[in-house]
Amino acid sequence: MSVSVQAEDFDVGAEMAALAEGRTDIGAIVSFTGLVRDMAKGAAISDMELEHYPGMTEKALKEIEAQANARWDLQGSRIIHRYGRLAPGARIVLVLTASPHRQAAFEAAEFLMDYLKSRAPFWKKEGTAGGGHWVDAREADEDALKRWDQE
Amino acid sequence: MQVLYFAWLRERIGIPREEVETSAVTVADLVAELRGREPRYELAFSDMKSVRVALDQELSSLDASLDGVREVAFFPPMTGG
Repeated sequence: MSVSVQAEDFDVGAEMAALAEGRTDIGAIVSFTGLVRDMAKGAAISDMELEHYPGMTEKALKEIEAQANARWDLQGSRIIHRYGRLAPGARIVLVLTASPHRQAAFEAAEFLMDYLKSRAPFWKKEGTAGGGHWVDAREADEDALKRWDQE
Repeated sequence: MQVLYFAWLRERIGIPREEVETSAVTVADLVAELRGREPRYELAFSDMKSVRVALDQELSSLDASLDGVREVAFFPPMTGG
């Protein structure tokens, strides 16, 4: 289990290799990478500014990761979330989950992403030709969270 | 206590954090007190449906008690990932 909140980019392949380093019991690693898109609601995005709450962010991500590890039989997990100014195409977030069989890794990765979308203290501001604006939280993201309570 | 503001709350109020001397009992009392200060606070807290609060870095609610709390943070719904 490990969490990083950083301005720097990350190397997906290197992170995956590090998670499996020295182990032969892992059967599946699921990897999710979130990227900055160049369009939002029909407007071109010049860049994205990611603000966060230092201290609380690390705490919230560790709590979410611990929840996923309590719920699924994971052999490893890794969360990296960037902050600061990012260009279109840049990597924002990485979630890795490892398990003996694929289902736990798939589900846990989805759970982690659903939780950090609306429970980790990050705020996105998109830059457009008409100025910057804060991204609104999506109803769909809140709904995505609820399904984990029902199961 | 330290009061922190993030995203558009920070922009509307114009500062990221400040020390506030208050005898407010709940978060809602503190918000009412801040709103009474100046128009920029009134504007920032005009739509409380869009405001979330954390007490000592844990998500909380507007009716929560401020007893023993050292750090209060106000921010819009989170948009990570």
